[in-house]
Amino acid sequence: MAILDIRGLSKTYASGTSALSDIDLSIERGEIFALLGPNGAGKTTMIGIICGLVTPSGGTVIVDGEDFRKSYRRVRRKIGLVPQELHTDAFEKVIHTITFSRALFGKPANPAFIEQLLRDLSLWDKRHAQVQELSGGMKRRLMIAKALSHEPDILFLDEPTAGVDVELRRDMWRMVGSLRERGVTIILTTHYIEEAEEMADRVGVINGGKLILVEEKHALMQKLGKKRLTLNLDEPLASVPPELAKWDLQLAAEGRELVYEFDAKAEHTGVPSLLRCISDLGIGFSDLNTRQSSLEDIFVELVRRKDAA
Amino acid sequence: MSDNNLRGVWAIYKFELARFRRTFWTSLVLPVLTTALYFIVFGSAIGSRMGEVGNVSYGAFIIPGLIMLSMFTESISNSSFGIYMPKWTGTIYELLSSPLSAFETVLAYVGAAATKSVIIGLIILATSTFFIQPRVDHPVLMLGMMILIAIAFCLFGFIIGIWARNFEQLQVIPLLVVYPLTFLGGAFYSITMLSPFWQTLTLFNPVVYLISGFRWTFFGEGDVSIGVSMAALAFFLALCLAVIFWMFRTGYRLKS
Repeated sequence: MAILDIRGLSKTYASGTSALSDIDLSIERGEIFALLGPNGAGKTTMIGIICGLVTPSGGTVIVDGEDFRKSYRRVRRKIGLVPQELHTDAFEKVIHTITFSRALFGKPANPAFIEQLLRDLSLWDKRHAQVQELSGGMKRRLMIAKALSHEPDILFLDEPTAGVDVELRRDMWRMVGSLRERGVTIILTTHYIEEAEEMADRVGVINGGKLILVEEKHALMQKLGKKRLTLNLDEPLASVPPELAKWDLQLAAEGRELVYEFDAKAEHTGVPSLLRCISDLGIGFSDLNTRQSSLEDIFVELVRRKDAA
Repeated sequence: MSDNNLRGVWAIYKFELARFRRTFWTSLVLPVLTTALYFIVFGSAIGSRMGEVGNVSYGAFIIPGLIMLSMFTESISNSSFGIYMPKWTGTIYELLSSPLSAFETVLAYVGAAATKSVIIGLIILATSTFFIQPRVDHPVLMLGMMILIAIAFCLFGFIIGIWARNFEQLQVIPLLVVYPLTFLGGAFYSITMLSPFWQTLTLFNPVVYLISGFRWTFFGEGDVSIGVSMAALAFFLALCLAVIFWMFRTGYRLKS
Protein backbone atom coordinates (compact mmCIF):
# COMPACT_ATOMS: atom_id res chain seq x y z
CA MET A 1 0.00 0.00 0.00
CA ALA A 2 1.25 3.48 -0.88
CA ILE A 3 2.16 5.60 2.14
CA LEU A 4 0.83 8.67 0.36
CA ASP A 5 -2.00 8.60 -2.14
CA ILE A 6 -3.18 11.83 -3.74
CA ARG A 7 -6.29 11.88 -5.91
CA GLY A 8 -7.73 14.79 -7.87
CA LEU A 9 -5.98 17.40 -5.76
CA SER A 10 -6.63 20.93 -6.91
CA LYS A 11 -6.22 24.46 -5.61
CA THR A 12 -7.71 27.61 -7.05
CA TYR A 13 -7.06 30.82 -5.14
CA ALA A 14 -9.73 33.45 -4.52
CA SER A 15 -8.15 35.54 -7.29
CA GLY A 16 -9.04 32.76 -9.73
CA THR A 17 -5.44 31.59 -10.15
CA SER A 18 -5.25 27.84 -10.49
CA ALA A 19 -2.19 26.66 -8.56
CA LEU A 20 -2.88 22.93 -8.78
CA SER A 21 -5.07 21.04 -11.16
CA ASP A 22 -6.30 17.48 -10.69
CA ILE A 23 -3.10 15.98 -9.28
CA ASP A 24 -2.91 12.19 -8.90
CA LEU A 25 0.18 10.76 -7.26
CA SER A 26 1.16 7.73 -5.19
CA ILE A 27 4.31 7.56 -3.11
CA GLU A 28 5.62 4.23 -1.91
CA ARG A 29 6.86 3.66 1.61
CA GLY A 30 10.59 4.28 1.98
CA GLU A 31 11.15 5.86 -1.41
CA ILE A 32 12.75 9.20 -2.21
CA PHE A 33 10.57 11.17 -4.57
CA ALA A 34 11.78 14.36 -6.21
CA LEU A 35 9.26 16.88 -7.42
CA LEU A 36 10.74 19.12 -10.07
CA GLY A 37 9.25 22.21 -11.57
CA PRO A 38 9.97 25.85 -12.36
CA ASN A 39 9.04 28.67 -9.98
CA GLY A 40 5.29 28.91 -9.48
CA ALA A 41 4.69 25.40 -10.80
CA GLY A 42 2.69 24.37 -7.71
CA LYS A 43 5.30 22.35 -5.78
CA THR A 44 5.04 24.28 -2.53
CA THR A 45 1.24 24.52 -2.79
CA MET A 46 1.02 20.75 -3.07
CA ILE A 47 3.21 20.22 -0.03
CA GLY A 48 1.31 22.94 1.82
CA ILE A 49 -2.00 21.17 1.26
CA ILE A 50 -0.71 17.81 2.47
CA CYS A 51 0.82 19.41 5.58
CA GLY A 52 -2.23 21.52 6.48
CA LEU A 53 -0.91 24.95 5.53
CA VAL A 54 -3.11 25.44 2.47
CA THR A 55 -6.80 24.62 2.12
CA PRO A 56 -7.39 22.57 -1.04
CA SER A 57 -10.21 23.36 -3.46
CA GLY A 58 -10.78 19.68 -4.17
CA GLY A 59 -9.38 16.18 -4.01
CA THR A 60 -8.26 13.78 -1.32
CA VAL A 61 -4.99 12.87 0.34
CA ILE A 62 -4.64 9.50 2.04
CA VAL A 63 -1.64 9.11 4.33
CA ASP A 64 -0.85 5.56 5.40
CA GLY A 65 -4.49 4.59 4.81
CA GLU A 66 -6.04 7.59 6.60
CA ASP A 67 -7.77 10.65 5.20
CA PHE A 68 -5.74 13.80 5.86
CA ARG A 69 -8.80 15.77 6.99
CA LYS A 70 -10.82 13.21 8.92
CA SER A 71 -7.79 11.80 10.75
CA TYR A 72 -5.68 14.95 10.74
CA ARG A 73 -4.11 14.26 14.12
CA ARG A 74 -2.78 10.82 13.23
CA VAL A 75 -1.81 11.96 9.75
CA ARG A 76 0.11 15.03 10.91
CA ARG A 77 2.00 13.02 13.53
CA LYS A 78 3.40 11.00 10.64
CA ILE A 79 4.57 14.01 8.65
CA GLY A 80 7.58 16.26 9.08
CA LEU A 81 8.01 19.44 7.06
CA VAL A 82 11.11 21.44 6.26
CA PRO A 83 9.84 24.60 4.57
CA GLN A 84 11.75 26.55 1.99
CA GLU A 85 12.27 29.64 4.13
CA LEU A 86 14.29 29.67 7.34
CA HIS A 87 11.46 30.32 9.79
CA THR A 88 12.85 30.23 13.32
CA ASP A 89 12.38 31.77 16.74
CA ALA A 90 15.50 33.90 16.80
CA PHE A 91 15.71 34.28 20.58
CA GLU A 92 15.10 30.65 21.50
CA LYS A 93 17.89 28.26 22.39
CA VAL A 94 18.47 25.43 19.92
CA ILE A 95 17.65 22.70 22.44
CA HIS A 96 14.44 24.44 23.51
CA THR A 97 13.16 24.95 19.99
CA ILE A 98 13.72 21.26 19.19
CA THR A 99 12.02 20.00 22.36
CA PHE A 100 9.17 22.44 21.69
CA SER A 101 8.67 21.00 18.20
CA ARG A 102 8.58 17.46 19.54
CA ALA A 103 6.02 18.36 22.22
CA LEU A 104 3.91 20.29 19.71
CA PHE A 105 3.39 17.04 17.85
CA GLY A 106 2.31 15.31 21.05
CA LYS A 107 5.43 13.22 21.58
CA PRO A 108 6.71 12.63 25.12
CA ALA A 109 10.10 14.09 25.99
CA ASN A 110 13.04 11.94 24.90
CA PRO A 111 16.34 13.70 25.68
CA ALA A 112 18.43 10.79 24.36
CA PHE A 113 16.70 10.94 20.96
CA ILE A 114 17.04 14.72 20.78
CA GLU A 115 20.73 14.48 21.65
CA GLN A 116 21.33 11.90 18.92
CA LEU A 117 19.37 13.98 16.42
CA LEU A 118 21.40 17.09 17.19
CA ARG A 119 24.64 15.11 17.03
CA ASP A 120 23.65 13.64 13.65
CA LEU A 121 23.07 17.14 12.35
CA SER A 122 26.25 18.55 13.95
CA LEU A 123 24.24 20.86 16.19
CA TRP A 124 24.86 19.32 19.59
CA ASP A 125 27.70 21.74 20.38
CA LYS A 126 25.33 24.61 19.63
CA ARG A 127 22.44 23.33 21.73
CA HIS A 128 22.65 26.20 24.21
CA ALA A 129 23.15 28.88 21.53
CA GLN A 130 20.31 31.18 20.54
CA VAL A 131 18.96 30.44 17.08
CA GLN A 132 19.94 33.92 15.89
CA GLU A 133 23.60 33.06 16.58
CA LEU A 134 23.60 30.19 14.06
CA SER A 135 24.93 30.46 10.53
CA GLY A 136 22.58 30.01 7.56
CA GLY A 137 23.69 26.41 7.08
CA MET A 138 23.17 25.62 10.76
CA LYS A 139 19.71 27.16 10.66
CA ARG A 140 18.89 24.94 7.69
CA ARG A 141 20.01 21.91 9.71
CA LEU A 142 17.98 23.16 12.66
CA MET A 143 14.88 23.24 10.46
CA ILE A 144 15.53 19.63 9.56
CA ALA A 145 16.06 18.71 13.20
CA LYS A 146 12.74 20.34 14.11
CA ALA A 147 10.97 18.41 11.36
CA LEU A 148 12.52 15.13 12.52
CA SER A 149 12.05 15.77 16.23
CA HIS A 150 8.72 13.91 16.36
CA GLU A 151 10.08 10.93 14.40
CA PRO A 152 7.87 11.25 11.29
CA ASP A 153 7.40 8.49 8.72
CA ILE A 154 7.24 10.99 5.86
CA LEU A 155 9.54 13.96 5.48
CA PHE A 156 8.82 16.82 3.11
CA LEU A 157 11.87 18.81 2.11
CA ASP A 158 10.92 21.96 0.24
CA GLU A 159 14.05 23.19 -1.52
CA PRO A 160 16.28 21.83 1.26
CA THR A 161 19.56 23.03 -0.18
CA ALA A 162 18.50 26.38 -1.59
CA GLY A 163 21.26 28.87 -0.86
CA VAL A 164 23.57 26.47 0.97
CA ASP A 165 27.17 25.81 0.04
CA VAL A 166 28.37 22.72 -1.80
CA GLU A 167 29.75 21.02 1.30
CA LEU A 168 26.52 21.39 3.23
CA ARG A 169 24.57 20.20 0.21
CA ARG A 170 26.64 17.03 0.17
CA ASP A 171 26.03 16.63 3.93
CA MET A 172 22.30 16.96 3.32
CA TRP A 173 22.39 14.29 0.66
CA ARG A 174 24.21 11.96 3.05
CA MET A 175 21.64 12.71 5.74
CA VAL A 176 18.76 11.99 3.37
CA GLY A 177 20.43 8.70 2.51
CA SER A 178 20.68 7.73 6.15
CA LEU A 179 17.03 8.69 6.72
CA ARG A 180 16.00 6.43 3.90
CA GLU A 181 17.93 3.58 5.54
CA ARG A 182 15.77 4.16 8.62
CA GLY A 183 12.65 3.75 6.49
CA VAL A 184 11.63 7.41 6.25
CA THR A 185 9.81 8.28 3.04
CA ILE A 186 11.18 11.49 1.59
CA ILE A 187 9.51 13.87 -0.79
CA LEU A 188 11.67 16.75 -1.91
CA THR A 189 11.27 19.67 -4.21
CA THR A 190 14.36 21.16 -5.69
CA HIS A 191 15.68 23.49 -8.30
CA TYR A 192 18.93 21.56 -8.41
CA ILE A 193 18.35 18.81 -10.90
CA GLU A 194 21.60 17.15 -9.89
CA GLU A 195 20.09 16.79 -6.43
CA ALA A 196 17.21 14.76 -7.82
CA GLU A 197 19.62 12.88 -10.04
CA GLU A 198 21.79 12.07 -7.02
CA MET A 199 19.09 11.07 -4.53
CA ALA A 200 15.68 10.31 -6.00
CA ASP A 201 14.21 6.92 -6.81
CA ARG A 202 11.41 8.52 -8.78
CA VAL A 203 10.93 11.91 -10.29
CA GLY A 204 7.78 13.93 -10.87
CA VAL A 205 7.71 16.98 -13.10
CA ILE A 206 5.09 19.62 -12.35
CA ASN A 207 4.41 22.68 -14.44
CA GLY A 208 1.53 25.14 -14.45
CA GLY A 209 -0.13 23.22 -11.60
CA LYS A 210 -0.23 19.97 -13.56
CA LEU A 211 1.81 16.87 -12.96
CA ILE A 212 3.13 16.23 -16.42
CA LEU A 213 5.25 13.20 -15.70
CA VAL A 214 6.04 10.68 -12.96
CA GLU A 215 8.73 8.17 -13.73
CA GLU A 216 11.40 6.04 -12.14
CA LYS A 217 14.56 8.12 -12.45
CA HIS A 218 16.74 5.68 -14.38
CA ALA A 219 13.86 4.66 -16.65
CA LEU A 220 13.16 8.31 -17.35
CA MET A 221 16.75 9.01 -18.23
CA GLN A 222 16.85 5.97 -20.47
CA LYS A 223 13.52 6.67 -22.07
CA LEU A 224 13.85 10.36 -22.68
CA GLY A 225 17.61 10.74 -22.46
CA LYS A 226 19.54 11.30 -25.64
CA LYS A 227 23.20 11.05 -26.48
CA ARG A 228 25.08 13.92 -27.95
CA LEU A 229 28.07 13.45 -30.26
CA THR A 230 30.38 16.45 -30.57
CA LEU A 231 33.10 16.65 -33.21
CA ASN A 232 35.89 19.21 -32.74
CA LEU A 233 36.61 20.39 -36.29
CA ASP A 234 40.05 21.24 -37.64
CA GLU A 235 38.64 24.17 -39.62
CA PRO A 236 35.49 26.11 -38.71
CA LEU A 237 32.43 25.73 -40.92
CA ALA A 238 30.19 28.63 -41.91
CA SER A 239 27.19 26.31 -42.28
CA VAL A 240 26.29 22.65 -42.21
CA PRO A 241 26.97 21.15 -45.67
CA PRO A 242 23.75 20.09 -47.45
CA GLU A 243 25.10 16.53 -47.74
CA LEU A 244 24.75 16.25 -43.92
CA ALA A 245 21.19 17.56 -43.79
CA LYS A 246 19.57 14.21 -42.98
CA TRP A 247 21.38 14.05 -39.59
CA ASP A 248 19.95 17.43 -38.47
CA LEU A 249 23.33 18.61 -37.19
CA GLN A 250 24.00 21.80 -35.26
CA LEU A 251 27.06 24.00 -35.37
CA ALA A 252 28.49 25.25 -32.11
CA ALA A 253 31.55 27.16 -30.82
CA GLU A 254 31.53 29.54 -33.81
CA GLY A 255 31.51 26.71 -36.30
CA ARG A 256 34.30 24.73 -34.64
CA GLU A 257 32.00 22.01 -33.26
CA LEU A 258 29.54 19.84 -35.07
CA VAL A 259 26.84 18.42 -32.76
CA TYR A 260 24.65 15.40 -33.42
CA GLU A 261 21.92 14.24 -31.03
CA PHE A 262 20.78 10.64 -31.33
CA ASP A 263 18.86 7.93 -29.53
CA ALA A 264 21.49 5.56 -28.15
CA LYS A 265 19.01 2.68 -27.91
CA ALA A 266 17.87 2.96 -31.52
CA GLU A 267 18.74 0.13 -33.89
CA HIS A 268 20.48 2.56 -36.23
CA THR A 269 22.02 5.50 -34.42
CA GLY A 270 23.32 7.01 -37.65
CA VAL A 271 26.78 7.58 -36.13
CA PRO A 272 28.86 5.29 -38.42
CA SER A 273 27.23 6.63 -41.61
CA LEU A 274 27.65 10.21 -40.39
CA LEU A 275 31.35 9.70 -39.73
CA ARG A 276 31.79 8.09 -43.18
CA CYS A 277 30.01 10.99 -44.87
CA ILE A 278 32.10 13.55 -42.99
CA SER A 279 35.24 11.73 -44.06
CA ASP A 280 34.04 11.61 -47.69
CA LEU A 281 33.46 15.39 -47.59
CA GLY A 282 37.04 15.87 -46.38
CA ILE A 283 35.97 17.56 -43.14
CA GLY A 284 38.74 16.92 -40.63
CA PHE A 285 38.23 16.69 -36.88
CA SER A 286 40.76 16.43 -34.09
CA ASP A 287 38.55 14.95 -31.37
CA LEU A 288 35.10 13.59 -30.71
CA ASN A 289 33.12 12.90 -27.53
CA THR A 290 29.69 11.66 -26.58
CA ARG A 291 27.59 12.64 -23.56
CA GLN A 292 24.37 11.21 -22.15
CA SER A 293 21.82 13.97 -21.59
CA SER A 294 21.28 14.79 -17.93
CA LEU A 295 18.06 14.93 -15.96
CA GLU A 296 18.33 18.68 -16.31
CA ASP A 297 18.30 18.43 -20.11
CA ILE A 298 15.24 16.18 -19.89
CA PHE A 299 13.50 18.49 -17.45
CA VAL A 300 14.12 21.59 -19.55
CA GLU A 301 12.88 19.76 -22.64
CA LEU A 302 9.73 18.55 -20.88
CA VAL A 303 8.85 21.98 -19.56
CA ARG A 304 9.61 23.56 -22.94
CA ARG A 305 7.32 21.06 -24.69
CA LYS A 306 4.54 21.66 -22.12
CA ASP A 307 4.83 25.44 -22.49
CA ALA A 308 4.75 25.14 -26.26
CA ALA A 309 1.64 22.90 -26.17
CA MET B 1 -3.44 6.95 20.74
CA SER B 2 -5.65 9.48 22.52
CA ASP B 3 -7.58 11.92 20.34
CA ASN B 4 -6.14 15.06 21.85
CA ASN B 5 -2.80 16.78 22.03
CA LEU B 6 -2.44 18.08 25.56
CA ARG B 7 1.35 17.91 25.29
CA GLY B 8 1.14 20.34 22.39
CA VAL B 9 -1.14 22.64 24.38
CA TRP B 10 1.22 22.54 27.35
CA ALA B 11 4.23 23.22 25.11
CA ILE B 12 2.67 26.42 23.73
CA TYR B 13 1.43 27.45 27.17
CA LYS B 14 4.93 27.09 28.64
CA PHE B 15 6.49 28.83 25.64
CA GLU B 16 4.22 31.84 26.05
CA LEU B 17 4.78 32.06 29.79
CA ALA B 18 8.53 31.84 29.19
CA ARG B 19 8.22 34.93 26.97
CA PHE B 20 6.41 36.62 29.87
CA ARG B 21 9.39 35.85 32.11
CA ARG B 22 11.89 37.03 29.49
CA THR B 23 10.08 40.35 29.13
CA PHE B 24 9.71 40.80 32.90
CA TRP B 25 10.16 44.59 32.90
CA THR B 26 7.65 45.41 30.18
CA SER B 27 5.23 42.59 31.00
CA LEU B 28 5.00 42.95 34.73
CA VAL B 29 6.88 45.89 36.19
CA LEU B 30 5.57 48.46 33.72
CA PRO B 31 1.83 47.87 34.33
CA VAL B 32 2.39 47.77 38.08
CA LEU B 33 4.40 50.98 37.98
CA THR B 34 1.79 52.68 35.79
CA THR B 35 -0.97 51.61 38.17
CA ALA B 36 1.00 52.82 41.17
CA LEU B 37 1.31 56.22 39.49
CA TYR B 38 -2.46 56.28 38.92
CA PHE B 39 -2.98 55.52 42.60
CA ILE B 40 -0.62 58.29 43.61
CA VAL B 41 -2.14 60.88 41.26
CA PHE B 42 -5.84 59.97 41.25
CA GLY B 43 -6.13 58.03 44.49
CA SER B 44 -3.99 60.04 46.87
CA ALA B 45 -3.33 63.50 45.40
CA ILE B 46 -6.66 64.21 43.68
CA GLY B 47 -8.73 61.58 45.49
CA SER B 48 -8.08 63.11 48.89
CA ARG B 49 -9.85 66.27 47.69
CA MET B 50 -12.85 64.35 46.36
CA GLY B 51 -15.77 63.07 48.31
CA GLU B 52 -17.06 59.52 48.39
CA VAL B 53 -18.60 57.81 45.37
CA GLY B 54 -21.63 56.05 46.79
CA ASN B 55 -20.42 54.80 50.14
CA VAL B 56 -16.85 54.25 48.94
CA SER B 57 -13.84 56.55 49.15
CA TYR B 58 -12.60 57.71 45.75
CA GLY B 59 -9.26 55.96 46.24
CA ALA B 60 -10.96 52.60 46.81
CA PHE B 61 -13.52 53.31 44.08
CA ILE B 62 -10.92 53.47 41.30
CA ILE B 63 -9.22 50.15 42.24
CA PRO B 64 -11.53 47.93 40.10
CA GLY B 65 -11.30 50.42 37.22
CA LEU B 66 -7.50 50.49 37.38
CA ILE B 67 -7.35 46.69 37.45
CA MET B 68 -9.67 46.53 34.46
CA LEU B 69 -7.69 49.19 32.58
CA SER B 70 -4.49 47.17 32.89
CA MET B 71 -6.15 43.82 32.31
CA PHE B 72 -7.90 44.94 29.13
CA THR B 73 -4.73 46.23 27.55
CA GLU B 74 -2.51 43.41 28.82
CA SER B 75 -4.96 40.70 27.76
CA ILE B 76 -5.26 42.08 24.25
CA SER B 77 -1.58 42.78 23.90
CA ASN B 78 -0.40 39.39 25.23
CA SER B 79 -2.69 37.21 23.19
CA SER B 80 -2.52 39.25 19.99
CA PHE B 81 1.27 39.27 20.19
CA GLY B 82 1.30 35.54 21.00
CA ILE B 83 -0.42 34.52 17.76
CA TYR B 84 0.91 37.38 15.62
CA MET B 85 4.58 36.59 16.25
CA PRO B 86 4.51 33.11 14.66
CA LYS B 87 2.72 34.70 11.70
CA TRP B 88 5.36 37.41 11.46
CA THR B 89 8.37 35.12 11.85
CA GLY B 90 6.81 32.42 9.68
CA THR B 91 6.99 29.75 12.40
CA ILE B 92 3.20 29.46 12.15
CA TYR B 93 3.86 26.72 9.58
CA GLU B 94 4.81 24.45 12.46
CA LEU B 95 1.62 25.24 14.38
CA LEU B 96 -0.61 24.71 11.35
CA SER B 97 1.06 21.43 10.42
CA SER B 98 0.91 20.09 13.98
CA PRO B 99 -1.80 17.73 15.27
CA LEU B 100 -3.49 20.48 17.30
CA SER B 101 -7.19 21.23 16.97
CA ALA B 102 -8.42 24.82 16.71
CA PHE B 103 -9.78 24.54 20.26
CA GLU B 104 -6.43 23.33 21.59
CA THR B 105 -4.58 26.13 19.81
CA VAL B 106 -6.89 28.76 21.30
CA LEU B 107 -6.75 27.07 24.70
CA ALA B 108 -2.95 27.24 24.69
CA TYR B 109 -2.51 30.84 23.52
CA VAL B 110 -5.52 32.35 25.28
CA GLY B 111 -4.88 30.28 28.41
CA ALA B 112 -1.31 31.58 28.66
CA ALA B 113 -2.31 35.18 27.96
CA ALA B 114 -5.19 35.02 30.44
CA THR B 115 -2.87 33.57 33.09
CA LYS B 116 -0.56 36.55 32.64
CA SER B 117 -3.45 39.01 32.82
CA VAL B 118 -4.87 37.50 36.00
CA ILE B 119 -1.41 37.57 37.58
CA ILE B 120 -1.10 41.25 36.66
CA GLY B 121 -4.61 41.96 37.97
CA LEU B 122 -3.87 40.30 41.29
CA ILE B 123 -0.53 42.11 41.59
CA ILE B 124 -2.23 45.44 40.94
CA LEU B 125 -4.79 44.59 43.61
CA ALA B 126 -1.94 43.76 45.99
CA THR B 127 -0.15 46.99 45.00
CA SER B 128 -3.24 49.01 45.87
CA THR B 129 -2.94 47.89 49.49
CA PHE B 130 0.16 50.10 49.76
CA PHE B 131 -2.03 53.13 49.08
CA ILE B 132 -5.47 52.24 50.37
CA GLN B 133 -7.28 49.50 52.23
CA PRO B 134 -9.29 47.78 49.47
CA ARG B 135 -12.70 46.34 50.17
CA VAL B 136 -13.82 43.19 48.37
CA ASP B 137 -17.35 42.11 49.31
CA HIS B 138 -17.47 39.10 46.97
CA PRO B 139 -13.91 37.77 46.61
CA VAL B 140 -14.84 34.49 44.88
CA LEU B 141 -17.07 36.27 42.39
CA MET B 142 -14.38 38.94 41.93
CA LEU B 143 -11.80 36.26 41.06
CA GLY B 144 -14.25 34.48 38.76
CA MET B 145 -15.13 37.67 36.96
CA MET B 146 -11.49 38.65 36.70
CA ILE B 147 -10.72 35.30 35.03
CA LEU B 148 -13.68 35.51 32.65
CA ILE B 149 -12.90 39.10 31.65
CA ALA B 150 -9.26 38.12 31.08
CA ILE B 151 -10.37 35.23 28.87
CA ALA B 152 -12.82 37.42 26.94
CA PHE B 153 -10.24 40.11 26.19
CA CYS B 154 -7.58 37.51 25.40
CA LEU B 155 -9.98 35.99 22.87
CA PHE B 156 -10.50 39.49 21.46
CA GLY B 157 -6.73 39.98 21.31
CA PHE B 158 -6.35 36.61 19.59
CA ILE B 159 -8.74 37.82 16.89
CA ILE B 160 -6.72 41.00 16.47
CA GLY B 161 -3.50 38.95 16.26
CA ILE B 162 -4.91 36.83 13.44
CA TRP B 163 -6.41 39.84 11.69
CA ALA B 164 -3.34 42.09 11.90
CA ARG B 165 -1.02 42.23 8.90
CA ASN B 166 1.57 44.43 10.60
CA PHE B 167 2.61 45.78 13.98
CA GLU B 168 0.63 48.99 13.53
CA GLN B 169 -2.60 47.07 13.06
CA LEU B 170 -1.70 45.07 16.14
CA GLN B 171 -1.65 48.28 18.19
CA VAL B 172 -4.40 50.31 16.58
CA ILE B 173 -7.48 48.72 18.21
CA PRO B 174 -6.07 48.48 21.76
CA LEU B 175 -4.78 52.06 21.69
CA LEU B 176 -7.42 53.84 19.62
CA VAL B 177 -10.53 51.91 20.63
CA VAL B 178 -10.18 49.91 23.84
CA TYR B 179 -8.12 52.43 25.82
CA PRO B 180 -10.49 55.40 25.22
CA LEU B 181 -13.55 53.22 25.82
CA THR B 182 -12.08 52.11 29.14
CA PHE B 183 -11.39 55.69 30.22
CA LEU B 184 -14.89 56.70 29.18
CA GLY B 185 -16.43 53.52 30.58
CA GLY B 186 -16.35 54.45 34.23
CA ALA B 187 -12.85 53.37 35.20
CA PHE B 188 -12.36 56.57 37.18
CA TYR B 189 -15.92 57.71 37.78
CA SER B 190 -19.45 56.48 38.14
CA ILE B 191 -21.62 57.24 35.15
CA THR B 192 -24.21 58.58 37.60
CA MET B 193 -21.89 61.61 37.89
CA LEU B 194 -22.67 62.45 34.26
CA SER B 195 -25.57 64.42 32.83
CA PRO B 196 -28.55 62.30 31.68
CA PHE B 197 -27.55 62.71 28.02
CA TRP B 198 -23.99 61.49 28.58
CA GLN B 199 -25.25 58.72 30.87
CA THR B 200 -27.45 57.41 28.06
CA LEU B 201 -24.65 57.73 25.54
CA THR B 202 -22.21 55.95 27.83
CA LEU B 203 -24.54 52.97 28.04
CA PHE B 204 -23.60 52.26 24.41
CA ASN B 205 -20.02 51.69 25.57
CA PRO B 206 -19.74 47.91 26.19
CA VAL B 207 -16.83 48.40 28.57
CA VAL B 208 -19.19 50.11 31.05
CA TYR B 209 -20.89 46.79 31.76
CA LEU B 210 -17.64 44.98 32.44
CA ILE B 211 -16.18 47.62 34.75
CA SER B 212 -19.51 48.03 36.52
CA GLY B 213 -19.84 44.29 37.06
CA PHE B 214 -16.30 43.99 38.34
CA ARG B 215 -16.83 46.95 40.66
CA TRP B 216 -20.00 45.31 41.95
CA THR B 217 -17.92 42.34 43.19
CA PHE B 218 -15.91 44.84 45.29
CA PHE B 219 -18.62 47.06 46.73
CA GLY B 220 -21.92 45.35 45.97
CA GLU B 221 -22.99 48.22 43.75
CA GLY B 222 -22.33 49.30 40.16
CA ASP B 223 -23.60 51.54 37.41
CA VAL B 224 -25.73 48.72 36.01
CA SER B 225 -27.05 45.59 37.68
CA ILE B 226 -24.72 42.60 38.08
CA GLY B 227 -27.09 40.48 36.00
CA VAL B 228 -26.80 42.84 33.03
CA SER B 229 -23.02 42.92 33.45
CA MET B 230 -22.82 39.11 33.48
CA ALA B 231 -25.04 38.91 30.39
CA ALA B 232 -22.83 41.45 28.58
CA LEU B 233 -19.74 39.45 29.50
CA ALA B 234 -21.34 36.20 28.31
CA PHE B 235 -22.32 37.88 25.03
CA PHE B 236 -18.82 39.24 24.49
CA LEU B 237 -17.31 35.80 25.18
CA ALA B 238 -19.72 34.10 22.80
CA LEU B 239 -19.11 36.68 20.08
CA CYS B 240 -15.32 36.30 20.30
CA LEU B 241 -15.58 32.50 20.26
CA ALA B 242 -17.85 32.63 17.21
CA VAL B 243 -15.42 34.89 15.32
CA ILE B 244 -12.45 32.65 16.20
CA PHE B 245 -14.41 29.55 15.17
CA TRP B 246 -15.09 31.20 11.81
CA MET B 247 -11.43 32.22 11.42
CA PHE B 248 -10.20 28.66 11.94
CA ARG B 249 -12.93 27.12 9.81
CA THR B 250 -12.11 29.37 6.87
CA GLY B 251 -8.39 29.70 7.58
CA TYR B 252 -8.82 33.49 7.51
CA ARG B 253 -5.33 35.06 7.44
CA LEU B 254 -3.92 31.81 8.76
CA LYS B 255 -3.90 29.59 5.70
CA SER B 256 -3.58 30.29 2.00
